[in-house]
Amino acid sequence: MNRLRLAVIGFVVLATAILAGHGAMAGDGRPALPQAKGSVCVEDTQVMRRNHMDLLKHQRNDTLRQGVRGGKHSLAECVSCHATDGADGKPVPVTAEGQFCQSCHSFAAVSIDCFSCHATVPADPARTAIR
Amino acid sequence: MTDTSRRAFLQGTAVAAVTLAPGLTLIATAADARPAGEAASPKQRWGLLIDTTKCPAECTACIDSCKEEMGLPDHGRPATDAQYIRKVSVKDPASGKTVSLPVMCQHCAKPACVDVCPTGASMKRADGIVLVDRHICIGCRFCMMACPYKARSFIHEDQTGQKIANPRGKGCVEGCTLCAHRVDAGEMPACTEACQNRGKGAMVFGDLNDPASEIAVRVATEATTRIRADLKLDPAVRYQGI
Amino acid sequence: MKKVDYQELTPLTPGWLAAVGGLAVVVAAAMVAVFHMEHNGHWVTGMSNQVVWGMPHVFAVFLIVAASGALNVASIGSVFGREPYQPLGRMSGLLAIALLAGGLAVLVLDLGRPDRLDVAMTHFNFKSIFAWNVILYTGFFGIVGAYLWTMMDWTVKGWYKPAAIAAFLWRLVLTTGTGSIFGFLMARELYGSAVMAPLFIAMSFAFGLAFFNLVILGLYAATKRPLGDDMVARLGKLLGVFIAANLYFVAVQHLTALYWPEKRDAEAFILLNGGIHTLLFWGGQVVIGGIVPLALLFRGTVGRCTLRFSSLLVTLGGLAQVFVIIVGGQSFPLQLFPGMEVSSSFFDGQVATYVPTVAEIVLGLGGIAITVLIVVIGATFLRFLPAALGETAPAAEPAEGAPAPAACCASPAE
Ligand code: HEC
Ligand code: HEC
Ligand code: HEC
Repeated sequence: MNRLRLAVIGFVVLATAILAGHGAMAGDGRPALPQAKGSVCVEDTQVMRRNHMDLLKHQRNDTLRQGVRGGKHSLAECVSCHATDGADGKPVPVTAEGQFCQSCHSFAAVSIDCFSCHATVPADPARTAIR
Repeated sequence: MTDTSRRAFLQGTAVAAVTLAPGLTLIATAADARPAGEAASPKQRWGLLIDTTKCPAECTACIDSCKEEMGLPDHGRPATDAQYIRKVSVKDPASGKTVSLPVMCQHCAKPACVDVCPTGASMKRADGIVLVDRHICIGCRFCMMACPYKARSFIHEDQTGQKIANPRGKGCVEGCTLCAHRVDAGEMPACTEACQNRGKGAMVFGDLNDPASEIAVRVATEATTRIRADLKLDPAVRYQGI
Repeated sequence: MKKVDYQELTPLTPGWLAAVGGLAVVVAAAMVAVFHMEHNGHWVTGMSNQVVWGMPHVFAVFLIVAASGALNVASIGSVFGREPYQPLGRMSGLLAIALLAGGLAVLVLDLGRPDRLDVAMTHFNFKSIFAWNVILYTGFFGIVGAYLWTMMDWTVKGWYKPAAIAAFLWRLVLTTGTGSIFGFLMARELYGSAVMAPLFIAMSFAFGLAFFNLVILGLYAATKRPLGDDMVARLGKLLGVFIAANLYFVAVQHLTALYWPEKRDAEAFILLNGGIHTLLFWGGQVVIGGIVPLALLFRGTVGRCTLRFSSLLVTLGGLAQVFVIIVGGQSFPLQLFPGMEVSSSFFDGQVATYVPTVAEIVLGLGGIAITVLIVVIGATFLRFLPAALGETAPAAEPAEGAPAPAACCASPAE
């Protein structure tokens, strides 16, 4: 266990050093995250950081199996706030390099399969309108 | 790394916790939309009534709108491409009479697919809509073996450009959801809307449990049939004129 | 009963290395096939929305069915007290476990989402016969493992009989479960029938013993250990009885269905006009897998070559039989409107075509290789294989060893 902890600390220090060298750090050991839309998240930021995976899994069961809509922890909603607009004005997928979900997960060595199915960009208002 | 160690760095110190109002999501509510946060209710049983006499063989409005709504691209491989709804032409060899009708998931009350699914991914919602919970589907395809209606498709390749309403990806089984996302928002399924707007109005959607609804009134007063009624799966899709 | 002397295989001999190396290559090829199929998605296979279970399932079901059958030799010795079979009990148990492992590996590696195996082990729908099978398979490993332990460790000898009975009952339930995967499918004319369960049990007896014979003959020839003619003759007669039982249940399966007017078209598809399925039914399953080996085995005293050749035929015929059940059963179109002519863009009313790809077949062969690999490794590290088998020492074995019996098998006549 101690050796594991040492390895983790070592890894974090190393990663910090490398990332800092690239100027990509927020300064507290985590990658800089793109600015989200709006001013607050659906829960307290600390809660989101720690528990977003559990909130999402809970929401997905509620929505899919029970049919609960308009849930606070909707994945589609995360995307609509956390996807940024690229230089061309088009939304950038949240899974793209350096984007909100991706950058943090690659830092934490987490891989999620959600976006092999779920849309990675918010609804296009223009397209939704013509339907 | 253990779960806790991996999450540890998330408790970073820099950002002070800002506790404001919890995120409020305002959604435009259609007249009959189920209020946000409320679960589907067993008081309802959603169903379809399809009058095949108003269903011309060449009309594909329901199919086209389904593909658009659910984001089902054509890979040019008919044997493996997903089809949630299809037009079946049925000819009586004795008389030569031919009818054309759309067939989709029949949203059975006693669905064979739900019984056979090992993980419980194949499921029936309280309001009778039969779905695949693609979060726990392992892609064994036993439900496809069990379904008498050939209502389900296996996803044979990676998908891109999915619709928000219908997340879909390789390796899981899918089928018609009766447009659960639209029904929950108080709308009718895309196929039915297209049939009424662009077709001849053969399809009616509604709550079979609500005696005042058009579908319930017609089912109670007119002759309707169900496909493979002999199997006693109690489908929620009824047909006329076959 | 004379004391049986069990001996490990000697590892790292040239023959051992060649066998293990060859098997490892097949397993590696199967892994490449899996990567190809899972990376691209199943459209690169012959499977489709019409034929959703294909060649991988044929191999998997064959191996799983054979697994419970391979245990019979042990059961005959222990549960039914037939002494001559007792020395083979350990191999029988080992092979049963190995076959199940090989079959399950193929089944799992063909899933759309094999990465979600943890989901399959944590979410159970107890109405599903498939979920029950997951429990039955897991239990089989445990019970047969315990049974093997009571055979190999004298200190727990008291548990030998109870373990043997438990394993025997469990294997019957397991094959019933496997047969019910198809028996419970009311939607399809060629499944939905209670006869599936006993049919699968009869199949398991025949396939399991055939595979067992091939393994035993192969191992004794390769290690040049003495194998008595009496043992060979005994296994031959037993195989003959099991083949007859399988044929009997096949006859029952089709005759009952023929009495059912709504199933007649589907029956005609298998028996008369189903193209490859009719060919595989009559030529593969009935003639090659049934009548020919039956005739060979009851023609006179069964020798090594007859046993080897018949077992091989039963194995091939068995694969054909499972193919006809699985792929044939799906190829006949679902009857949405019985008696009507139907057509659609989704292949309604059409006989489905299924052409397996190389990858699917290699995955299936990989399952067989995994099985044999487990047997060889198991018998190398633990005392599974008796140093000698049977009463009559064989008359002058050909001195060249392994290649000789293979050569003699080119012709079925001895
Ligand atoms: C195989 C495809 C697939 C994968 C992979 C997948 N989902 Fe879903 N998800 C769906 C489908 C289908 C729905 C139902 C959509 C609907 O009815 O609106 C859904 C709905 C949801 C919902 C409720 C709708 C919403 O946007 O809030 C949540 C939350 C959700 N999924 C979370 C996840 C998470 C988290 C993951 C990754 C761990 C994930 N999903 C992976 C297919 C998938
Ligand atoms: C209404 C827009 C909105 C929605 C919807 C939303 N977020 Fe946020 N999220 C924000 C904002 C704004 C912040 C930054 C808050 C801050 O700086 O304190 C944030 C912060 C976060 C953080 C912490 C990032 C950090 O700085 O470490 C996480 C994690 C997060 N969101 C995940 C999610 C997830 C997962 C969802 C979907 C369940 C979601 N968010 C939905 C706006 C949103
Ligand atoms: C502040 C960093 C951070 C951000 C930003 C972030 N995540 Fe995470 N996420 C994590 C960490 C760390 C884990 C792993 C937690 C664990 O394993 O216990 C994780 C796990 C998950 C999981 C569960 C994975 C699994 O297999 O159990 C999901 C789902 C998820 N995140 C979704 C999202 C989505 C969607 C977003 C973008 C809206 C997002 N996350 C943004 C750090 C982050």
